[in-house]
Amino acid sequence: MWQYIIKRILGLIPLLLVISFVIFMFIHLIPGDPARLMAGKDATLEEVEEVRQSLGLHEPFVKQYISYMGNLLQGDLGYSIKSGAPVVDLILDRVMPTLGLTFLSIIWALVIGILIGVLSAVFRDKWPDRLGMLTAVSGISLPNFWLGLVLIQLFSVQLGLFPTGGDDAGWKSYILPSFALGAGIMAMIARFTRSSLVNTLKQEFIRTGRAKGLSGTSIVFGHALKNSLIPVVTVAGLQFGFLLGGSVVVETVFSFPGLGRLLIDSIQFRDYPVIQAEILFFSLQFILVNLLVDILYSYLNPKIRYD
Amino acid sequence: MGSLLQVNNLKTGFHTEDGMQTVITGIDFEVNHGEIVGLVGESGSGKSVTSLSIMQLLHDTPGEIIDGEIIYKGEDLLKLSEKKMRQYRGNELSMIFQEPMTSLNPVMKIGKQIIETISLHLNMSGQKAKQHAVSMLESVGIPRAKDIMNEYPHQLSGGMRQRVMIAMQISCNPSLLIADEPTTALDVTIQAQILDLLKDIQEKTNMGILMITHDLGVVAEICDRVIVMYAGRIVEQATVKEIFNNPKHPYTKGLIDSIPKIGAGLDELYSIPGAVPSPKNMPKGCKFAPRCEHVMDICNLEEPALAMENGRSSRCWLTQEQSQQEGVVGHGQ
Amino acid sequence: MMSKLQIETSTMEIPKVKSENRFLNFWRQFRKKKPALFSLYFVFLLLLTMVIGPHIVPYDPAEPNYNRLLEFPTLDHLFGTDEYGRDILSRIIVGARITLSVSVSAVLLGTVVGTVLGLVSGFFGKWVDKAIMRICDVLFAFPDLILAIGIVAILGPGVRNVIIAVAFFNIPSFARIVRGATLEVKEMLFVESARSVGASTTRIVWKHIFPETIPVIIVYFTMNVGTAILSAASLSFLGLGADPSSSDWGAMLSMSRDYIGSSFHLVFFPGLVIFLTVLAFNLLGDGLRDVLDPKTND
Repeated sequence: MWQYIIKRILGLIPLLLVISFVIFMFIHLIPGDPARLMAGKDATLEEVEEVRQSLGLHEPFVKQYISYMGNLLQGDLGYSIKSGAPVVDLILDRVMPTLGLTFLSIIWALVIGILIGVLSAVFRDKWPDRLGMLTAVSGISLPNFWLGLVLIQLFSVQLGLFPTGGDDAGWKSYILPSFALGAGIMAMIARFTRSSLVNTLKQEFIRTGRAKGLSGTSIVFGHALKNSLIPVVTVAGLQFGFLLGGSVVVETVFSFPGLGRLLIDSIQFRDYPVIQAEILFFSLQFILVNLLVDILYSYLNPKIRYD
Repeated sequence: MGSLLQVNNLKTGFHTEDGMQTVITGIDFEVNHGEIVGLVGESGSGKSVTSLSIMQLLHDTPGEIIDGEIIYKGEDLLKLSEKKMRQYRGNELSMIFQEPMTSLNPVMKIGKQIIETISLHLNMSGQKAKQHAVSMLESVGIPRAKDIMNEYPHQLSGGMRQRVMIAMQISCNPSLLIADEPTTALDVTIQAQILDLLKDIQEKTNMGILMITHDLGVVAEICDRVIVMYAGRIVEQATVKEIFNNPKHPYTKGLIDSIPKIGAGLDELYSIPGAVPSPKNMPKGCKFAPRCEHVMDICNLEEPALAMENGRSSRCWLTQEQSQQEGVVGHGQ
Repeated sequence: MMSKLQIETSTMEIPKVKSENRFLNFWRQFRKKKPALFSLYFVFLLLLTMVIGPHIVPYDPAEPNYNRLLEFPTLDHLFGTDEYGRDILSRIIVGARITLSVSVSAVLLGTVVGTVLGLVSGFFGKWVDKAIMRICDVLFAFPDLILAIGIVAILGPGVRNVIIAVAFFNIPSFARIVRGATLEVKEMLFVESARSVGASTTRIVWKHIFPETIPVIIVYFTMNVGTAILSAASLSFLGLGADPSSSDWGAMLSMSRDYIGSSFHLVFFPGLVIFLTVLAFNLLGDGLRDVLDPKTND
């Protein structure tokens, strides 16, 4: 088991190197003169040069890369052009709200998604299945920004139950955004749980269970569900990227002070060091979650755990 | 030996796009206490559907029992509620399956799977159930039974897994065990061991065993009596001795000729030409006629009845013509 | 449980008449899937709107009417009017052209590049395969929308760049799917025999392997159009996509969110149309998958 985890982590190193290189290239891929763009239209030549110097863009390419990687390994992501603050501080300020939001979203998406998936598989081709799968395909098709706006209209404007945005109202400010963010994932989890469980219920050990005299409920919950959820774990991990992308949109809808909102603000101000760091951060998070999911998968699956 | 299981006029059908298709067309047979009965036929002959009908395990199939009685210890199982039937399964009548690889839950420890059966049917506490499970594993010849309890199915060999399966399904001391091709997926040497084990268990407990197989070699090994099925019908019924010494039905003869013989090369292996007809395209007369070496005119016109003669029966014009000439007319179903 | 019974019942299947062509066979199965069939009609309706939209609008979608600002839906204006008094229904009808052409061309671009990469990767194997799959891994390491936002941040906002950005994250999934299908086809007998009679590599890939992967490509193309509409709309909503003053559905939502509370219809109708369109593509994709690619169907 430990061997497997270490092997997986070592296997990620090349990928991490390539990704950090791609992200380093980011500023160099901007068409035209990045220093000019960042300094703004009305900047004087001196101001543009100042930006160029501060970003080290006048240095030779290889040297820039080496110092970028060196800084990266020390946790230095550069300085924001807009505020001059260290990018690391800006990101750390915004991490907790976004983590809270994504965590809450994935929790309710898992609970409701698995529930719908199980009901649909058990009542396959009957009305609970049709209703469940209609809910799921609708969830996948809903634009999350629109869902967010509809929720605001309904629960904040009309009913006054939750704030329209921000994060000043404690747990209440998390409810609507996490619902808007989780709907898509909930739907995907429901669909995968259903198809996985339908497959499991066709397997021969299910018939063994029946031949033992187990009831339908014990078979589904005692035997089939664990077998079916193992692949669902992997799918949930892959869909986490969907959640990260969605958080940018949902945070914008709810004026929620998280990483996603920071990203959009930085794009508006052409604050490239912050954009660069954010994309790196999002990718790392995605890779990390998939690593954890892989480990969880191998833990849940005794065939891998014991080999 | 009294009658343990009596199947009367069992009819099972499958729901298809064109409505109900009958696949078991009213069969009768019995299994006595302490008897091992072989139910033999090619795939498509209806033997597995028969066994699932007895257990009423057609849930996950398009199958449904249309008519008949399944009398177990004097009680018609088809009249029981599903809840009552559940109390019988794994307890009074048990079943083991062909694929020991896939018939056990891959993510549940072996001990837990056996204890589950025990605590379902026997009134045993946790520790006692565990001891019982270990002793069951030991009784089917599993070494280091205590360790095996904490292992997962994939850690065992095919033969060991089938032993676990047997231990699990006899743990509540059933009176009838249905074994659906229990050795087909195993190596030849392991096959013999498992058959010996079943025979051994049967002698110790006096349970009745219904052995479903396509292999008459298995029948020769352990069965007392044989039922040969073809196209959802019984075509011959006799003791093992009679069947091998003097098979009446050409289909039975074909099956006997298909048993691989030691010393014979692969190219000498006989197989009956053609395949079992589908319910959609059943021949009008004898269902075996299109594949039969001895086919006569009457075979294509009319289906012979299952004729009884000296305690054995067969469904063939050939034997019935002979009997008629001798003046002994058989009565079918 | 089914496996053995399937063997036993397989002999019962009615022999299918093989003489009809592939399309009729497909259509016969497809038309039984009612949700997919209705979605197909809806998609046809959308395509028709794309073509004749500007000719059937009840009002000039660009014409402001300062006497009727922010009006709720009435019989005159079924979807109401916006902050300039423009008819929302007319704007949505005209916007279909921008919204759909952006998503469809993005997926098309992604499909073409991904398919070529997948065919090459699957057919040649060895280091070519390894190199292409590693590139896909890197693309996969970026969450979809984040990748798109990053690309737009580099290239600048606008419709053309949105197409490139959305196409980008369609590439790796198509490359993988087509590669898988190619590997399967490659093992089949007719490819072996084509090779043994000395057919050229390009010919084998183009004439024998590519046609076999078409059903899978159609299925994923349809499904990805749905996702692409959502992504493009998200980018427009964030102000990174279509011109905010255009009648692109995402852009309409972006402009109207300030009016939530007082004039909810400004937000409601463009979003509803996006939802229904994506739903139609997803249901259509599900139906196509059930018929064309039955092995992935539960």
